[in-house]
Amino acid sequence: MSPGAFWQIVLELLVAGAISVPFGHYLARVFQDQKTILDPVLDPVDRLIYRLIGRDVVDQAMDWKGYAANMLLTNLLMGLLIYTILSWQGHLPWNPLHFPDVGPFLAFNTAASFITNTNWQNYGGESTLSLFSQMAAITFPMFTSAATGFVVAIAFFRALGPARDKGRNLGNFYRDFVRVLTRVFLVPCLFITPILVWQGSPETLTGMVTAHLVQGGLQHIPMGPVADLEVIKHLGTNGGGFFNANSAHPFENPTPLSNIIETLLMMVTPMALVVAFGRMVGNPKLARVMYGVMGSMLVAALFIAVAAEQRGTPLLAHAGIMQHAGAGQMGGNMVGKEVRFGITQSAIFDTVSTAFTTGSVNSMLDSYTPIGGMVSLVQMMLNCVFGGKGVGILNFLMYGLFAVFIAGLMVGRTPEFLGKKIEKREIVLASLALLVHPLIILVPAAWSLTVPYGVSSLGNTGPHGLSEVLYAFTSAAANNGSAFAGLNGNTPWYNVSLGLVILFGRYASIIFMLALGGSLAAKPPVQETVGTLKTDTVLFGGFWFATVVVVGALTFFPGLVLGPIAEFFALYAHHGALGGVR
Amino acid sequence: MSRIFGAALRLTVVSWVVFGLGYPLLEVGVNQLAFPAAANGSLARFGGRVVGSRLIEQRFTGAGWFHGRPSAVHMNARSSGGSNIGPSSALLARHLAARRARLLARHPGLAGRRLPADMITSSGSGLDPDITPANAYLQARWVARARGLPLAAVRRLVARHERRPWLGLFGQARVDVLSLNLGLARIMAKARYARMVR
Repeated sequence: MSPGAFWQIVLELLVAGAISVPFGHYLARVFQDQKTILDPVLDPVDRLIYRLIGRDVVDQAMDWKGYAANMLLTNLLMGLLIYTILSWQGHLPWNPLHFPDVGPFLAFNTAASFITNTNWQNYGGESTLSLFSQMAAITFPMFTSAATGFVVAIAFFRALGPARDKGRNLGNFYRDFVRVLTRVFLVPCLFITPILVWQGSPETLTGMVTAHLVQGGLQHIPMGPVADLEVIKHLGTNGGGFFNANSAHPFENPTPLSNIIETLLMMVTPMALVVAFGRMVGNPKLARVMYGVMGSMLVAALFIAVAAEQRGTPLLAHAGIMQHAGAGQMGGNMVGKEVRFGITQSAIFDTVSTAFTTGSVNSMLDSYTPIGGMVSLVQMMLNCVFGGKGVGILNFLMYGLFAVFIAGLMVGRTPEFLGKKIEKREIVLASLALLVHPLIILVPAAWSLTVPYGVSSLGNTGPHGLSEVLYAFTSAAANNGSAFAGLNGNTPWYNVSLGLVILFGRYASIIFMLALGGSLAAKPPVQETVGTLKTDTVLFGGFWFATVVVVGALTFFPGLVLGPIAEFFALYAHHGALGGVR
Repeated sequence: MSRIFGAALRLTVVSWVVFGLGYPLLEVGVNQLAFPAAANGSLARFGGRVVGSRLIEQRFTGAGWFHGRPSAVHMNARSSGGSNIGPSSALLARHLAARRARLLARHPGLAGRRLPADMITSSGSGLDPDITPANAYLQARWVARARGLPLAAVRRLVARHERRPWLGLFGQARVDVLSLNLGLARIMAKARYARMVR
C-alpha cells in the first residue's frame, strides 16, 4: 500500500473519530433533555411542532409496546404517502420531463425501501422520477427513516439505563422523533448543502439542460435539487441516489472534497451513537470497548478493500493495463471507478458505505475485485461494523448479550449486562433478532438461484452471478441498499421479494429489540459482586469480537465460498499463468 | 387508538411539509443566489452557446481532440451507470481487448506498451468528465500532430488544465476533457487570427 493511500485512510478515520466524541456528548444531552447550544433557536420550533402533533400525546411516557406501536403506525402512514406520490407522479407538479406514474410493483419496492432507510433502487432516478417525487417521496423519507432507526436505539439505551416507573421509561416516540429531526439532521443539512453546491452539485428546479456539443450533436443533461438530497442521504445513512449512478455521478459527488464530506457524513452519527450510549447508560468504559471492537473491524475492512482494488487482477494485467500507480496514473482496478476519486477514495467510500449501511456507492461494486467486493458483502452480513442509524449498535448489543451469556456459562458466572440479569427471555429475543437476518438472506437467495424468474435477472454468470443474488438479499436484509448492480431487480419477483425482505429485516428485528428493551427495563438492577462477569474490559471486547466473527462465519461462510472466494481462485487460476502484454 | 392515529398522521404531514418541500425549496433558493453557476450544472459556453457541462463527459472523435474514457452508457446523461461487468468475466476481457485494438490500429506506436488504467476501462457513472494526466500526455502527441501544433504547446495546455489531488493527498490528479478541448479550440482560433492578421 502506498503512503498516499495509507494516509488517506488514517486521516479520514481520525477526523471522523475526532468529530464523533463531542457529537456523541451532544446527542446524549439532547436525549436526556439537558441544555444544548441550539436550544434558544430550536426550542420554539419544537414547541410549534409539538402543538401541531398534540401536546398531550407528546408528554406521555411510553413502554416498549406504546413506543413500537407509534413507530410502526407513523412508518406505515409515511410509506403509504410515498407509495401514493409515486403512483400519481404523472398528475403531480414539477414533472418537467413528463415521467409517467410509477407501476405498483416498483412503487411498493421503492416505498418499502425508502421508509426503512434501505434505499435499494430498482429504478434509475434521472429516467423515472419527477423533481416532485425526488423531493416529496425520496428526500422526505431520508429524514424520517433515519430518525426512526435513531429513536429506537435511543429508547433501547434508556431501557438499559437506571429503571424508572416499572418499565414505562422508554421515553416518548414523538418527542424523540422531532428532536432527532431538528437537532441532529436538519441543522447540519442546512449548512452542508451549500458546500456541496459550491463543489459543483446542482440545486435547481430546472429538470434538464440541452447542450449543443463541441463536435455537433445534442446532449440532454438532467439535473434538479441534487445537493440537498446528497447531504441527508449520507448523514442519515440512507444511500439512494438522485441519479442511477449514485455517488459516482459527477453531479452527486463532483470532487475529492465532496467525496470526503460525504464519507464523513456517513460515519459520524453511528460512531457518535456509541459515545452517546456510554453516557446514557453511565458506562463510558463499555462504550470505549465497543467503539474499539467495531473500529478495528472497520480499519481491517478499509485496508483490505483498498489493497485489493489497488492490486488489480491478472485479467486487467493481461489486457495491457498499467497495474502499478505511477507518474500521473493510479493503476489498479479502475473498471467502474471515477478518475477524480482514483482507487483509494473509491474503495474507502464503498467500504464505509457498507459498514455504516448507507448503501450509496461512488464506484460500481459489481466490478470490484472478488476480495474488494467481498469486504462489502461481509460487512453487511455482520451488520454491526458500526452499522446504520441506530440498528447497527443494537445488532452489536445483541451479539454482546450472546457473548455475556456464553462467557458466563463458560466460566460459571451470572450473566449480567449493565446491572441487569440476562435470562432466558432476553437470550431468546436476542437470538430471534439476530436470526432473522440470515434467514431472510439465505432462503430467498437460494430460492432465486433455483427458479428461472430468479436466474434470468443475472447480469453475470458463474460464481459472480451467485454473488449478485447473495449481495442483493444481504443488502436488502441489512437495509443497506447498495448493489451488485448487474442484477436486474426491476422484475415482479425481485421487486416483491426484496421489498418483503427489506420490511422484515427492518421491523422484525426492531420489534424484537424493543421487546428485549422492555424486558430489561422492567428488571430491578442487581448489585455488582465478585461473581459478576465484567463486560467493560479489553478481554471481554476480544470475546465480543470473536462472537460476532464466529456467528457470522458459521452462518455465511458457505455462501462466500461459492461466490467471491470461488471467483477469486478461478480468476487467478485462469489468468495467472498468462500475464504479459499482447 | 384514534388518538394515536391522529398524532401519527399529523406527524407525517408536518414532517412531509418541512422536509419534503420546505427544506429542498429553501436550499434551491439560497444556492441559486449564492452559487448560480454551480447550482445550474457548471455549464460551459463557447461562442455564446452552451456546449456541455464541465462535470459531464461528452463524446469526442478524431485525432484532433482529446478523448474521454469509454462509457458503458454511450455518454447518455439521461441514463448514467457503469458496465457492472464482473472482474472475472470473459466479456470484460473482450471489451478491454477490443478497445485496446482500436487504439492500436490508430496509433501503432502504442504496441507492446501498457496503457493508463482509465484509458480503456469504463467509468462508474459512464459520464466521468476526467482523464488522468498520464492519459492526457499520451494523447497530446497525436493531438499535436493532427493539429499541426508544437508538442510543447499542447503539453503546456495539458499542464495548465491539470488539477492536483485535494491538499496534494486526497483523490487523484486529473484533467477535465471538455475544458482541455475548449482550451485547444481557443489556441486554434488564436493561431487562425494571427495568420489572418499577418
